[in-house]
Order: sequence, then C-alpha cells, then structure tokens
Amino acid sequence: MKIRKGIPVIDQHDKNYMYGGKFGGNFIPETLKKPVEDLTILFEKLRKNKEFLKQRDYYFKNYVGAPTPFIKLNNLTNHLGGAQIWAKVVAEANGGAHKIYNATVHALICKKAGKKYIVGDTGAGYAGKMLSMAAKKFGLRCKIFMGAKDIERQKPNCDAMKKNGAEIVPVHTGSKTLVDAVSECMRYWVSNCDTTHMCVGSTVGPNIFIKICAWSTAQISRELIVQVKQEFGKIPKKMKLINCVGGGSSALGFWNSFMDYNKNQVEMIGVEAGGPKNSKLHAAPLSTNAKVGILHGAAQYVIQDKEGQISNTASISAGLDYPGISPVHCFLKDTKRARYTSATDEEALHAHQLVTKFENISPSLEPSHAFAEAIKIAPKLSKDTVIIVNSCGDAKKDRDILKKRLGKKI
Amino acid sequence: MSLIKKAFQICKKEKRPALLTFTVAGDNTHKNSLEILKSISPYVDICEMGMPHNTPVADGGQIQNCSHRALKNGIKIKDIFKITNQYKKFKFAKPIILMGYFNTIKQFGEQNFINQCKKNKVDGLIVVDLPWPENKNFAAKCKKKSINFIQLVAPTTSNERLKKIVRDSHDMVYYISMLSTTGGKLKVAPKKIIQNYQKIKKLNKNKNVVIGFGITEKTIASLKKADGLVVGSALCKSITDSVNRRKKPAIAAKKMVMKLKSKIA
Ligand SMILES: Cc1ncc(COP(=O)(O)O)c(C=O)c1O
Repeated sequence: MKIRKGIPVIDQHDKNYMYGGKFGGNFIPETLKKPVEDLTILFEKLRKNKEFLKQRDYYFKNYVGAPTPFIKLNNLTNHLGGAQIWAKVVAEANGGAHKIYNATVHALICKKAGKKYIVGDTGAGYAGKMLSMAAKKFGLRCKIFMGAKDIERQKPNCDAMKKNGAEIVPVHTGSKTLVDAVSECMRYWVSNCDTTHMCVGSTVGPNIFIKICAWSTAQISRELIVQVKQEFGKIPKKMKLINCVGGGSSALGFWNSFMDYNKNQVEMIGVEAGGPKNSKLHAAPLSTNAKVGILHGAAQYVIQDKEGQISNTASISAGLDYPGISPVHCFLKDTKRARYTSATDEEALHAHQLVTKFENISPSLEPSHAFAEAIKIAPKLSKDTVIIVNSCGDAKKDRDILKKRLGKKI
Repeated sequence: MSLIKKAFQICKKEKRPALLTFTVAGDNTHKNSLEILKSISPYVDICEMGMPHNTPVADGGQIQNCSHRALKNGIKIKDIFKITNQYKKFKFAKPIILMGYFNTIKQFGEQNFINQCKKNKVDGLIVVDLPWPENKNFAAKCKKKSINFIQLVAPTTSNERLKKIVRDSHDMVYYISMLSTTGGKLKVAPKKIIQNYQKIKKLNKNKNVVIGFGITEKTIASLKKADGLVVGSALCKSITDSVNRRKKPAIAAKKMVMKLKSKIA
C-alpha cells in the first residue's frame, strides 16, 4: 500500500472508493445509492467551482473566523524541558471547535441541493451544535441525533443546539453514544433522503461524507502551514503534529497540507481514546490492532467481536468514544505516513490540568488526549523539535465532567 | 431448478402471490425461532430469516428489538446455521433466505460462509449493505454454489441501474416499496408501488419480483398483483408482543400468518 504525492489524500481511492484497495467504499442500502451518487456529483462540481470556493472562503473568514491562532506554549515548554510545544487553537473558531468547518460546508451544499432540511449526528455535541448554528444562519430546519448517554454528559452543547432551534433526537439503542447516533441518523436519512440533506459529523460513513468533511477541515492546515512558515521562515527540520482522533476529522484537516513532507521531517501522530485505565473498552481501533470490518457504510479498522458485532467502547471524551475510525486514517496507518497511539482517561485529565495550569487555553477532553502524548514525549526530545498540538475544542462543554473528576469549576 | 424458483411456480399455478415472511434467527431463543418457522411454514412460501446485527443501518425499531433480544440470548452464526439445518428436516420446510449485513459474512469469511450455507441448505441470501455493483463478486461466488443472491431495488434506483441490476439478478428481485427502513408505515399509494413493480417486470418477466417494507394485514391485499409479498416488521411485532406477555410466540406468529395468507389466497 502506498500513498502518492501531489494528490489530495481524500482522492487516493480506486473506482470502488476504496483506499489502498482495503478501506472505505460505499456499503450502503440500495435506497441510498442514488442520493449518495447525487451528492457525489454535486460536491465534485462545487469543489471545482470558483464561485463556491469564494463563498466557502468568505464564510470561513467572516463567520468561522480565520485564521485561528498559532501560539507557543512557553510555560508548558519550560516546565517539560524538551521540545518546543505549540498549539493551533482551533477552539477559537466560532462555536469553539473544528466541527464548524464541516457544518458550514454542509449547510452551503444543502442550499445548493435545494433542500430545506438538514440532519446530523453528534457525540461530544460540537458537531450538533455547529450544524444547528449553520442551519440557523442559512435558514435550514435541523435535526440532531445524539446518544442518550452523551446528552447527559455534554449538556452545555445540547443547550446551545436547542437555543439555535434544532431538534435533538435522543438515541436509546446500543451503548447510547456516537456509534448509535450515526446509525440512527443514517436510518433517518434512508427514510427521508428525498427532502433532507445528511451531514456526517466526522470523516466516517460512505465515501462522499469522508471527502466533504476532510475537505472542509483542511482549512486548519491551510492556515497552519502559512503560520509555521511565518514563524520559522520555513518548515522546521523536526516537527510533530499531534491530534486526537475519534472519527478523525480534525486530524485530517490539521495534517492535510503537510502530507507530502517526509515523515522524518513532519511526523503525524494520532491519539485515540484509551478509555479508563485498566479498562478493555478502548475506543482505539488503530492502536489496538482491531480487524477490518464494516461500520456505517465503510470498511475500516473497527472494534468488533469475532462475529462482526460492533463492540462497546468507553471514553471520558464523548467525541472520541467511537469504535471505528476514518478509512483515510486506516490508509495513513498502513502506509505508515502517520503513527497512532492512545491516551487513557486519566492521562487526558492530567494533561488538561497541566495545560490549564500553565497556559491561557482550556482544551476540551478530546484535544487533552493529544496534549497527553505531547507531555509524554516532549521531555525526551531536543529543543529544536517543534511539537504542534491541535487544540481543537474548548472545555466549556466538559464542565460537569471536569467538576466531577477534578473538582474544578470553569 | 432452485427451490425458490419452484416456490414461485407453485404460487403462479394457484394464481396468487407468494407469501414471504421475515423473522429473526434466535428471537427470542434458538428453540423458539425454530418453532416459529415450523408453525408458520404450512402457510408460507418462502421464509426469510434475519441474522441479527447490532449496528444495522436499514432496520426500523421492530426488527432492531428482535435482533437485540436474539443477541442478548447469545445467538451466534453457527446457531443460525443449526436452525436452518434443523428446519430443513421438517416436512413442511420451505426455501430459506438468510438476510443480514455484510460485516457478518466478512468476518466469517465469504467463501466459508457460502460453504456453510450450502451445507445447511440455505437457498438464498440478502445482504442489505452490499448493493450492486459492489456485490458482483460475492453474487458470483453464491451462484457457483447454486445459492440465490437476491438483488434489492428501491424507489430511488435509476433506470440505468435498474437494467443492470435485473440483468445480474438470479431468480428473485426484491423491490423496496418506499423510502424507509423496515417497519415504516406504507406512505406510498399501492397503485404507485405496483406501477414501479411493473417497470421492473417489464425488463424481464422471468424474474420473480417481490415487494417488501411496510406490508401489514391491512395493506397486503392491495399489492397482490406482485409475484410475492414480504411481511417482516408486522410479524416481528406480534412476536415481541407475545414474548412480552409471556405467551408462545410461535402461536402468535402462526395466527398472523394465517390471516395474511387469507387476504391474498
Ligand atoms: C473538540 C473535539 N475534538 C475532536 C473530536 C473528535 O472528532 P474527530 O476525530 O472527527 O476530529 C470531537 C468530536 O466530537 C470534538 O468535539
């Protein structure tokens, strides 16, 4: 399996939409074939359309807020005494996380498709919150599917969705988390695909949703590569881009512009949810040698049993609590362009504590997993190594969990 | 000739549509699901049996309930093959079609799965999330072992696709009546459904085309022009109700199937 240079990674699939002949595809019910095909044609047209690109850039700049800050974490760097630690503070984007890019683009596409209804899934509630914001901005009716367990643990984002006029549909099946929300949302789309546009909240699902999402979050590295060159005059000799991965949308956006660099120069590290210490319910298919299976319409490494039943996972971070992973990340793993590891709940909590103690940013539990890896490796690395962490979400939504686990008020 | 084809021929002679049922393997127990099949068989022409999957993208609430119950009771693929094997020894046994999601087959191993189907007298397969053309390879492997791979067609299927799907189909084509997961209320006029059905028949009248999704005691008669009609969620609901009342699901299922049959015979 090989990754090619000069071609966006999302386009490196074969005619069956498989990456490396092994990951992705469209394993969908017949009913969805046509809507998926229509959306594919529409998106391929739009991404080549100058008018549409102008529109996207306009909203990214004036609505999302571009560029998001790129800052050095001096105190944390000094405390750890090794590599320099930097952050791309994507949490500064409108709404407080990277999910706004995908949501905005989907709302624009929904308008172009002439549909008035938009539905989406959410785990941490950011994808749902952003979709409800974008829907409100563009005059669309919005429905969000969310696991009952997640509704409980991410209340601030649920409040935001309701305030934006979206309907939250609680999902009580299975583990009552993101995996069930995505299934329920897809089922809803099967029944309503003639009137309704579907947004998948991460780089998972049938191929077109992976593409739209990664194409949207790519804004992160489009900004970052400019900021890095401004800061250092060039791309540093030793750079590490660390990002948490749930479905993998923020990581793919954070890495996209750096894909063609040699991995010895720009290393890409994905951090999965290791779950509670000593638990076996890791939501970490890439770092636990899961087998390839089919989930939500795509072949991918997925946590499953021998019979192909999708397994329950657990993580303190609702956004990472997903048994599957983007087929594109599977491709990056097998081609060895990226390396994947995991952090436990406890490590993420500790990282959150340390970062907020030393710095003026407050990463949510998802990026706290990425910080945990940075904290682990930085002391062992030389001072000219530049670690950049994507601080892709704000901890406001985690206030209840943080209070419970750390006795902390934010 | 395949047993599936033969079943349709018998119905044609009797000038009625084939009655196809859908129940979930292992619901609510291994034994009961076999009992259900046996009790309904005298009135049914083809039995579909669901292989429960825990993240189904096209099943409505009723079938999800049954699948959940079956999985909770520990049903495994080898049990499903055992059920078909035991069922096929029964004197009123009808052709049996297993229906499920591709990951079940993928993890079992495609060829291994087909071999087990053959060995346990499974007549056909429906794989919900393996549409045409993705299913070409697998369908060919099924054909080699004389197992019917059943193609699905939906209201959203384009004419272009339809032609190719019908061309590549085996003895039976499954028309999904409306945009819905299983168990939805029939939201399209029966007349319209029959029109779409006839569009498929026109392409090749030798293919047996069945209609499914949203068919209940109330709606079944209005669609009886079709070669076959599938009742799933309505039957699954009667099983669930019976299980919840601690009654015998095989009796409830039989009652319902007799009623369904009386409406189209
Ligand atoms: C802040 C934040 N980061 C990360 C994720 C994980 O998603 P992804 O892996 O697609 O970036 C989520 C998902 O909800 C999130 O809210």
